[in-house]
Parts: sequence; C-alpha cells; structure tokens
Amino acid sequence: MSPEPRHLGLPGLIKGLATTARTLSRPTHTAEYPDTKPALPPRSRGVIALTEENCTSCMLCARECPDWCIYIDSHKETLPATTEGGRERQRNVLDRFAIDFSLCMYCGICIEVCPFDALHWSPEFEYAETDIRDLLHEKERLGQWMQTVPPPPALDPASAEPAEVAAANRPPRAAGGLRERPAPRTARAAKAAEPAPTEPEASAQPEAPAEPEATGGPETPEAES
Amino acid sequence: MTVLEVVLRTVAVLAAFLVLPLLVGQTEHKVMAHMQGRLGPMYAGGFHGWAQLVADGVKFVQKEDVVPVAADRWVFRLAPGVALVPYLVAMSVIPLSPTLVAADVDAGALFVVALAGIGILGTLMAGWSSANKYSLLGAMRSAAQLLSYELPIVLSVASVALAAGTLSLSGIVGEWSWWWLLWQLPGAIVFLIAALAELQRPPFDMPVADSEIVFGPYTEYTGLRFAFFLLSEYAGIVLMSLLFAVLFLGGWRGPWAESIGWVWTLLKGFAIAVIIVWLRVAWPRMREDQLQRLAWVWLVPLAIAQVALTGVVVVVTG
Repeated sequence: MSPEPRHLGLPGLIKGLATTARTLSRPTHTAEYPDTKPALPPRSRGVIALTEENCTSCMLCARECPDWCIYIDSHKETLPATTEGGRERQRNVLDRFAIDFSLCMYCGICIEVCPFDALHWSPEFEYAETDIRDLLHEKERLGQWMQTVPPPPALDPASAEPAEVAAANRPPRAAGGLRERPAPRTARAAKAAEPAPTEPEASAQPEAPAEPEATGGPETPEAES
Repeated sequence: MTVLEVVLRTVAVLAAFLVLPLLVGQTEHKVMAHMQGRLGPMYAGGFHGWAQLVADGVKFVQKEDVVPVAADRWVFRLAPGVALVPYLVAMSVIPLSPTLVAADVDAGALFVVALAGIGILGTLMAGWSSANKYSLLGAMRSAAQLLSYELPIVLSVASVALAAGTLSLSGIVGEWSWWWLLWQLPGAIVFLIAALAELQRPPFDMPVADSEIVFGPYTEYTGLRFAFFLLSEYAGIVLMSLLFAVLFLGGWRGPWAESIGWVWTLLKGFAIAVIIVWLRVAWPRMREDQLQRLAWVWLVPLAIAQVALTGVVVVVTG
C-alpha cells in the first residue's frame, strides 16, 4: 500500500488543465509540409551539388569520404603550347563524378576538403526514390543541384577578408622592389578602402602609413580588374 | 404506438447512436490536437479532416477478423456486441426534450445506470475469452473498477432522484431548478468522476493501460470487432454526458425551451463531452490502488453525504 499522500495533488491537476487550455487558445506548431515548404536554416544539409568546372579530379573528396560513396573517373589531356616555343601542358578531364546518396551519411567532409570549391551544400532534400539504385547521382544531376545552392553567408564584421579581395586591394608592388606593408586584413578596413582602390591618397588609414601611397605604379594587373 | 412509429423511433435512435459518438470522436481528435499544439486530422474529407473517423471505419472493415486459436470462439465474437448494445438501448430512454424521447420509461434513471453497468460485461468477456494474460489482467481491472465506481454513481443518481421525487428522467428535469446546481454540486462531481471511471477514460484507463498491459481486454481484437469496442467507448461518453446534462444541468431548460429544448440538452451534453476529453489530455493515468482508494475513501463518503444532505433538504422544505 502506498504511503499516505500528503495532499490530493489538486494544484498540479488544475495547472495541467490550465496549460492545456492555454495551448488550445494559441496557434499550433504544425508545419503542413507538403503544402507549405519548410523554412530551412542556411547551411542545411540537403544534397551535395557539384560545380564540374571547378573539379580537378584531385580525388581528395573520394579518399576522405568515410563511406566511399564518391566515384571519380578522369583522364589526362595534353594541351598544346599557347606561345611559340612554349611547353605543352597536361590537365585532368573529369569523365565521371557520382555520389551515391544511399550510402552518403551527410557528414560534409567532401565539401570541407575540396580545395577548389567544387562541392557545395544545397538545402534541397526532396529526392527520395522508389528504387535505391536511383539515389546514385551522376555529375549531370549533381550539377543541376548547383542552382539550388544559396549564396554564401555574409562575413562577420571583424573577420579576415577573402583572399581574392585582399589580393585585389593590396597596393601595387613598388617598381624598385620597395617592401611595403600589406593592407590591413579586415573586412571593415577593406570596405573603407573599397571606394577608391585606384586613388591611394584617399585611403589614409591609421594602420597604413603614407609610404605605399607614393607607389602607384604600372604593375597593378589584379587591382584594376 | 403503431408498428411504423416503433420502427421510426428505432431508426432515429440508431442514427443518433452512429452519429453522436463520431461527433465526439472527431471533437476529441481536434481538441486533443490543439491542446497539444497540433492540428489533428486535416486531409480526410477535405475540410479539416471531418471524415477522418469515417475513413477509420472503412479501414477497420477492410481488416482481417482474427480469432486467436486458444480463444473461446463464441464468447470472443460475442463480446463487442455485449459491450455495444447496452449503450444503444440506454440511448433510447434519454430525453432530449419532453416530447423528443424514443421510449419514456418511468424509472429511466435506474434503467440507464443498470444498462451502463452491463457494458462492462462485454469488456470482461473479451478479456476472459482472449486467452491472453494482458487481456485477463485488463478485464480483472475493469471488473474491479466497475465494482468500486458503480456505488458512487448510483448514490449520486439516487440523490437527484430523491430531490426530484421521481426516477423518470423527464420528471427529474421537470422538477429541476437552477439552485440545484449548487445543492447537487458534490453529487455532480462524484457522478462525473465515477462516470469517467466507468467509461475507462483517462485518468481511469488502467484496464487498457497501453504502457502496462498492451491494450487490456482489446489486445487480441482486430478489424470491425475492435471498432465496435471503440464505438462503445464513445457511445458511452455520449450517454454519460447526456445523462449528466439531464440529471444535473436541467436538460432542455434554457431560453426558448419550448421550441429548441433539444438543442440545449445536446449542447450541455456536448460541453460535458469536451470536459471529458480535456481531462484525458491534461491528466495522467492513476495507479490501480490509487483508483480504489479514490473510490472508497473519497467518492463513496461524499456521495453518501450528498444523499444525506438531499434528504434533509427535501424533508425540511417538503
């Protein structure tokens, strides 16, 4: 027999009734999925998209994949020399790039490891199949997913700026081999420098002393582009 | 009463018996869902899933009717009927208005309470004949529950009958006046709790406690026979809600009672049914010993006190 109950539990019972009644009077949380699409957060892991042009067949993704679900076939092609007396060059041509999503565990290591940004996460997730073999997406299908890849999120205010932007914003090298200090590697500083990349005088900054200003030279191929 | 009239009344009761439980069931689906922050059925029938229970019925009809090898075949097959029919019969004596009653029985209150007790017999038969330990445990629990809660239910009905000076349900509503709400309040609470227990509804659903004994006496049932047990549960809710409305809430009394009295009875009964659903959503299941304790330590003394109070008031005022 249970010990004598200290009280009847009435406050708890009334609280339960109040809670359910309050929930009844409020909107529901149900997401009616097939009728309304879910609002997925950025960087959702739905499907992996491939930019075929960026892929160099380096095989890093296939080797790092814990499930071995990436299949890559490629061959080498020899390109003729572009200039007179130049050297012939070889490059890899991708024949097959396939991801077997019936094996993939969506760890994202392939995307992390890709040095050329050929692989991207897409939030698209509606690619279920009735036959498991249809989950093997060849490179054409992987390429189509690229249209669903969201643009990369904006940088944090204090983050280091992307390498391309940093290279473009760097003051041109001095003709006489004068060593100059690189521009401050923050996005905020880059933004301040952006309006006048060709007028170094305007971008007088506390960290950047006056010495680079005098070095506006002809060798600025990247900054102009 | 001609044969045609008898047939008409029977058909009307049958229609009410088939429609009202579905209405309560759909209300339970929706109210429970929204109390849990969900939407409930949304597709069947198009508009907010109104045909969900019809679809469920079609599904149940299609399922195979399995009888376990070790089961007592005839008892097993008969049990859903025994659970269902008493509620159907009891429904015929509930008056919706002074004129709108299928069979105006003189001792209607006694008749309904007696029939509601028979319904448990179907559960008991199902549990015994299933040849399944969980079914047997559930059946024993429901039998114990019936024994404990029949007494408070009868006592609280007796209190109202004593106050009205009649056992006729129409007569009770005829005698009813608004201050009975206060006078008979303890009896009404006892009746509602005991009715919940008799219907095996949460928080008194130990006979079918799915986390302990699978589904109690209904464990071995499939298809249409299982659907009959479910229907009898909801028919029981309808019956007890209407009985509560008639006994304690003045039935058809309300504005324009002459013309739309039956609407008032149905509305009051529906409100009680919603409360029964609400209690299911909000409260956890009691333990078997707590159930017995509640009945014998609280409800029976409270019901007897109510009968004594009613008696004193009747003697003093009469």
